Formats: sequence, C-alpha cells, structure tokens
Amino acid sequence: MRRLFILLPPMLWLLLLVAAPLGILGLIAFAEAGPGVPPFIPPLGWAGGPVWQGSSESIGTLLADPYYLEAFLRSLLTAFVTAALCLLLAYPMALGIAGARPPWRIPLLLLVLLPFWTGFLPRLGAWIGLLRDGGWVNGMLGAMGIGPLRLLYSDLALYLGMVHAYLPFAVLPLATALMRRDLALEEAAADLGAGPWVVFRSVTLPLSLPAAASAFLLVFIPAAGEFVIPELLGPPEAQLVGRVLWGEFFQNRDWPLAAGLALALLVLLLPPILLFQRLGRRG
Amino acid sequence: MALLTVQGLAKRFGVARALDGLDLEVRPGEFLALLGGSGSGKSTLLRLVAGFEQPDAGRILLEGADLAGLPPHRRPVSMMFQSYALFPHLSVFDNVAYGLRREGVARAETAQRVAEALAMVGLEALGGRKPQQLSGGQRQRVALVRALVKRPRLLLLDEPLAALDAGLRERTGFELRALQRRTGAGFVMVTHDQAEALALADRIAVLEAGRLAQCGPPAELYERPATRFVARFLGAANVLEGRVAADGAVEAAGCRLLLPHGRAPGEILAVALRPERIRLLPGAPPAANGAAGVLRDLAYRGDAWMALVALPDGTELRVALPAGAAPPELGSPVALGWAAEALVPLAG
Repeated sequence: MRRLFILLPPMLWLLLLVAAPLGILGLIAFAEAGPGVPPFIPPLGWAGGPVWQGSSESIGTLLADPYYLEAFLRSLLTAFVTAALCLLLAYPMALGIAGARPPWRIPLLLLVLLPFWTGFLPRLGAWIGLLRDGGWVNGMLGAMGIGPLRLLYSDLALYLGMVHAYLPFAVLPLATALMRRDLALEEAAADLGAGPWVVFRSVTLPLSLPAAASAFLLVFIPAAGEFVIPELLGPPEAQLVGRVLWGEFFQNRDWPLAAGLALALLVLLLPPILLFQRLGRRG
Repeated sequence: MALLTVQGLAKRFGVARALDGLDLEVRPGEFLALLGGSGSGKSTLLRLVAGFEQPDAGRILLEGADLAGLPPHRRPVSMMFQSYALFPHLSVFDNVAYGLRREGVARAETAQRVAEALAMVGLEALGGRKPQQLSGGQRQRVALVRALVKRPRLLLLDEPLAALDAGLRERTGFELRALQRRTGAGFVMVTHDQAEALALADRIAVLEAGRLAQCGPPAELYERPATRFVARFLGAANVLEGRVAADGAVEAAGCRLLLPHGRAPGEILAVALRPERIRLLPGAPPAANGAAGVLRDLAYRGDAWMALVALPDGTELRVALPAGAAPPELGSPVALGWAAEALVPLAG
C-alpha cells in the first residue's frame, strides 16, 4: 500500500505525459488524412457501435517511398558523425577538467555549460553571421586572398552547429567519470613500468569506456531527431527525419504520416536507449 | 652498501610538513617497518621513494644512485598499494603479467614467471578470474605478487595488512615474512600497527611528525625506547618524570625510582616503565621502586588484565596483571613493585 503511494506520482506522470501522448500518436499514425481540424479522420468512429475506420496507408507510404528511408539513414549517419566528433573533442576536455586542481573543476565545468545560458537560436544566428557568403570568416579569408567560400548551408556548417550544440552532453558524463576514477590504478601502472602514454592506453582509456559510450549515446539519441540545426545551417539536400517530419506536419498537413515518422524514429532509437540504460546500470 | 639511503628528506603539503629532514637507511634484504601515527609522514616517504611525489629537499639513493628526476616508471622499486590498486578490467593473470609486459619480457617467459608467482601464494588456479571475483585475502596476495614478479630489489608496502580481517592478518603476516626471506628483496612496510611492526620487521623506524624518532631491532625499541613518543607508541609504556635527588634516585609521582645506573643530581628525567614489568605485591610497597595506589579500573585482555592504578598524587599507572589470578576488587588499595632494570631513562 505504501509502495503504491510512493509509486503513484511517477506512474501518473508517465501515464499522462508519456503513455497517453504515445497512444494518441499511434492512433493518428493509423488514421486516414482528411480535411478538417485536426486534419484526419479518427480511426475509431461511432455508428451505433464502435467502428474501425482507420488505415495503414501512411505506414505503407513510409515503407514504400525511399525518400523516407533515406531521411532515416541520413539522420542516423549525421547523428553518428556528430556523436563521434563530440566524443573526440569531449574526451581531452574531460580529461583536462578532471586533471585540474579541485577548486578549478566546477568553474571549468560551468564554462562548458556556459552556452546553455544564452538562447539557442541567437547562437545559431551567430554561426550564420560568421559563415554566410559575406560573413566574418569569408571576410577574413578574402583579406588573405582566398574565397569567398560557400560555408553556410553545407555539411561543414551543419556539423559545426551540431557539435557546438551537443558537446556539453558528451563532456559532462565523461568529466564526472574521469573525476571519480581511482588514481592509485594509474600510479600502480606507472610503478610497474608503464610510461604516461601506456598508462593512458592500458588503464585510463579502457576503464572510461562505459562513460564514453554514455557520452556517445547522450549525443546520438537527441541528435538523430534534430530539426533546427539542419534547417538553419545544413545543406538543402540534408533532408533529415526532423525536417521531413516538420514538412509533413506543417506544410503537407499529413498528420498520419508525420505521426508514423515520429513512431518509426522512436522504434529506431529504442535499441540505443536500452543500451544506454544497461551501461548506466553497470557504471 | 645500503640498499636505500634517505638524506635530509623534506616535503610539505601547503603548510603541513609531512617530512622534516628525515635520514634513514635500508640494508639489502632487510624487512624494515615504518611505524607512526597518521600524519607522521610514513606514507609520504613511500610515495617519494616510488616517485609519485617530488621532495622539497634531500636525496633518495638506491644502491648509491640518486633517484632524483626519475619518473615512477623508470625507478627499479615496486610498490604494493594499501587499496591493492588491482586493475579491475584485467584478469588476475594479466594483472600480474602487467609489469613483465612493460619490460618486454618474452611471452613464454612471462607466462612461466606469472604462473610461478601465483603458485607461490597458492593462487595458480585463479589466474582467469577478475579481481572483483576474489576475496580480500586473495586480492592482497595478487597485489603482493604483482609487485614482486618483476624481482625488485626494494619493495614498498603501504599498510599491506590493514584491509584484512583480524583473523587473516596474522597468517598473512607470516606469509609476507616468508616471501620476503624467499625473494631476498628489501621490504619497507608502512604500518600504524605496532604489533605488526614488532612481529614482522628486522628493524623498526618510528616516525614522529616527519622525523625519525628511533630506529632499531624490535626488541631494542621495545625494551629501550629512546623517547617518550616511542615508549608510549610501542606497548603503551608508563612515562614518569621527576628530578634526580642527591642519592641518584628519581623522585616522580611520589615514588622513588632507583635506576640501574646513577644519574646526576638535579637533572630532570623522564623514565619509561612497561605495564607488564610491574608486579602486584602483598603487604606494603618497598621504599624504592614501588608504589602504593588504588585500583581504578580493569580491562580484561584475555592473556592479562590491564589495570589502572591511581597513585596518591593522581598519576595513573597502567599495570598488566596475569590473567590466571583473580584481580583485586575495584577501589581497593594495592602495592606495586618493579625491578630497577625495568626503568628506562628517556632522552626526550
């Protein structure tokens, strides 16, 4: 009874804010698009009794049209490259923060989080200002006799924006794990004859792999559904799931297809999320 | 030549002085215990010798060669950590092989030496396990052979028995001693446990506030402590202080202490008197080397009763009474006596 009482608030929260919306999303995905507000015919109707009037047409479209499959693959690739770049940049940062003297660690971590204190869109606007054809970077390149280069709306701009936005998610778990590591292990390795690089390769790195996997997935999972950065910085051909979904929902007003896309993304991201949970339990 | 020579070694952490001009020698093949309370600088000394910390002043010589400037991985000493510091991601075999692989020892020889090392401590069957699958005592032995497998001339041990259960500690101590004799390596063991130091070491160096208080064989330190600190730290001796009278006896705590050798009259002298050297006497105490007091408290130790006897001036003496006989009642008057040889004059 007491257990139930303790569990009730989170259960209610999950039911109202996760399960119910997901159910509605599922219903919309199996509805038929149609004129009206909202722009679909509810799949469960009433004509003297409950009547099924839904269709699996949007799911069929999703599977049949290679445009959507390509969007998924591109999204996963973009998320993978973003996560890998973030991991490569975050590891030395985290190592540096963990190696700093204790009074410096928290200020350094706060510096990593500093971008979160300003608006996300103004920061992307700043990138646009830097990268556009007549922007600062091209201005400087021009002064050196190079350019102008097409920097904005390119993969370069896309990844700059993605890494910029997601890097803190990779630094935080790595820095916490590296700060908590047992330095006696590294001293023992050095004592047994391992130089600094060998100590890192044979002790520090392998022991931080669970944290590195967490960092990777913490970037990969949200990056796979990212909409704003590809839209504002990326090349027009970078039709990622987030952009396609937005287009189906707001431009084509095809809610069933948009709902199907959202569900498919969720299904695709479920394995990495489960993996993340297992890593979390082990770490 | 000495195996390890430490000269004028000093190290401070902020304002705290961990070592304050320490001089020490370790002989080849010797088992030396560094004994001291927390903050006495004993662990700092190990870390300086291993190269994890840099001294502020002084020199560390290994077989005459100065170790200054050598990083830990180039120093021919091994260390066994208090936490054991076993690599959790490596098997027992790979943990022990780690040092040999860093040396570039051939694969077949590595396998053979690791197997021999594990057999030496009875763990030959557990090479495939991970450290977290071992018991505390097994982990301790893996840490020990991991440090020994490289055949160092000097092994540093930081509280090697502290993490073990009391029951296991004595047996493991004997094993440690046997292993030390077998390998012939010099062992320097840090401990805060005086019984451990007395039982295992060839010589004990007692550290107090970053300086060497006394260094010598266990029996010598126990029987003839040089300072109050050593007397109290080893075996918790009673320390009585007083002025030497005209006849050469020390007058302290209302008793007359007659030492085997006379002292100069007028000198202020501290004298150590071990609890087990004091006897309970029937009748009145002797005029010298005896005292009358009241039994204040009793603690049963199994092999003896530890009694607190209050002297007329308020001083409390610790007295070990044989466990065989029934002790006097609490609060009853008792007469104490001791031999002149039991009195050890202290220098400081």
